[in-house]
Amino acid sequence: MRNTRDTQLLFVLSKPGRRAGRLPACDVPTADIAELLPTAAVADAPPALPEVTEPQIIRHFLNLSTQNMSVDTHFYPLGSCTMKYNPKRNERAAAMPGFADLHPLSPDAAVQGMLHVLYEMQQYLSEISGLPACSLQPAAGAHGEYAALLVAAAYFRDRGELEQRRRVLVPDNAHGTNPASAVMAGFDTVAVKTLPNGGVDMDDFRGKLDDRTAVLMITNPNTVGIFEPNMRVIADEVHAAGGLVYLDGANMNAILGITRPGDFGADMQHYNPHKTFSGPHGGGGPGAGPICVTDALAPYLPAPIVERVGSGSSVVGSQESEHNAAATNYPLPPTLYRLSYDRPKSIGRVRSFFGNVGVLLRAYCYIRTHGPDGLKRVSENAVLNANYLLSRVKHILPVPQGDRCMHEFVASGSKIKKEKGVAAMDIAKRLLDYGYHAPTVYFPLTVPEAIMVEPTETESKETLDAFAAALFRITEESPELLHEAPHSTPISRPDEVQAARSPCLCARWD
Amino acid sequence: MNPADLKYAKTHEWVSLAGDVATVGISAFAIEALTDLVFMELPVVGKQVEPEQPMCEVESVKAVSDVYAPVAGEVIEVNESLPDNLEVLGTDPYGEGWIAKIRLAAGAGTDHLLDHAAYEKQCAEEG
Repeated sequence: MRNTRDTQLLFVLSKPGRRAGRLPACDVPTADIAELLPTAAVADAPPALPEVTEPQIIRHFLNLSTQNMSVDTHFYPLGSCTMKYNPKRNERAAAMPGFADLHPLSPDAAVQGMLHVLYEMQQYLSEISGLPACSLQPAAGAHGEYAALLVAAAYFRDRGELEQRRRVLVPDNAHGTNPASAVMAGFDTVAVKTLPNGGVDMDDFRGKLDDRTAVLMITNPNTVGIFEPNMRVIADEVHAAGGLVYLDGANMNAILGITRPGDFGADMQHYNPHKTFSGPHGGGGPGAGPICVTDALAPYLPAPIVERVGSGSSVVGSQESEHNAAATNYPLPPTLYRLSYDRPKSIGRVRSFFGNVGVLLRAYCYIRTHGPDGLKRVSENAVLNANYLLSRVKHILPVPQGDRCMHEFVASGSKIKKEKGVAAMDIAKRLLDYGYHAPTVYFPLTVPEAIMVEPTETESKETLDAFAAALFRITEESPELLHEAPHSTPISRPDEVQAARSPCLCARWD
Repeated sequence: MNPADLKYAKTHEWVSLAGDVATVGISAFAIEALTDLVFMELPVVGKQVEPEQPMCEVESVKAVSDVYAPVAGEVIEVNESLPDNLEVLGTDPYGEGWIAKIRLAAGAGTDHLLDHAAYEKQCAEEG
């Protein structure tokens, strides 16, 4: 039943003269392009765009879309990525014209509803993190890391310590974004070893912590799904050495309403709203990576921040409000919320306008839908689901970090690799044939042949049982079958080596 | 070179010492674990290196990994042809696949490194 004809390249389907739409005759004067543009700016020939009809385009893209896996079509236990289901009501809310059709340069007085929501979002994120100040601007989690490290740098510069504090400590099972953000922000990174149980190696940590330490970046719960056993001690020792603690909030889904980074010693954190709340997963964005910090770091946050005005009158005086008054010539409600630019110590903007508010709206709607008790149940169910699946999987593949986990766990394929020559990648690829998106493989690097599974709270027991059964059947299959998997997908194994060594990244019109 | 005659760092680099010059590469076990290699950044000639400090990087389809300096000294020569012929790391890791030559710093040695038997034992444990 698969339509393979219409999913050929549009260039293959192209026939001269075919059109999806025809423009009416031009009813304004025309000019030759040579009169309008210098010769050097004019292409030698028009681009060879494919010529196809509307039904062809619809069939092409609709059929292609069915050849992919998504969280709306398949169980997607991609560890670390928290591929939870996105409730459609959040999509509908974010698409409301009162949000979606706003012009980003509207004066504050004309967008009070949006500013009200964003103000509350700042409050909610602060409450959930236990860190009182918030910036919604960063456009992705890694961007949030980077912005927060710039905040830390500004803080140390203000204290005259930046020359001395050049180092950022990062445990070796961290996301690769952590050391990358530290280097981008001008710091040197120092890897801290972790123990087989996934926790920080305290001897190694203490040996590397000194008065050159600016920040310790820690993911808690960490990437092997363990809540750092020494979290409070680690944070206290970093603070005693004059450093700051950054919490990579990628795994907040496991601790909502149960504990707060601000309470276990973090000075700053980012959120990944799509993992913790609701929002589009992947696709290269748009995303959001809001950050929360302590009062001591608040002055350095990116500007602007949404502020609530005490009363309608106190707006007068700022440049923005005068601009607002000039830009509107119709009556407006009292201005209760405004974008505050009056932040002299701020690191400045990190994103145009106010970040990707459409993503923040989905997360806001999710938080409001669940409420405090509901968010706590989200985390309880995420942890329960992961532990249930761990209890099934550990009999199939060893889980080096033990019998309990938070929101995810990391199984190891090293035994089956040794015994049958079946790699973690083979198992991952074969799962596609069974109708499951593959788990994350080969991350974190501290676990050999890592298979990182994160079921999330949105899956049923039946789904988890079926997944475990599929995994067991795969381990019983012949290595030859697994080496060639997947067998049922339109494309089996892309040549990753060729793609990495000689990437073809430019469109070609020939 | 015979792998049995080499010395090894815990981080999977091999060392062959001739006089005060150490030829350095990465072990077959490490290359097998890294899977398909796609990119290699060589160390800079003249760079001063210390044991357990990153010397250069190797990238596979799985991950980017640091290659650690196994000995203290100065990089005096690198295998310029290696980045364009990463296959040799798989076919001849202890010969054509050498990465760099390091002149040992005064007083530096290789006593902290593992011999072949001890390294084999470590690999067996890592699985």
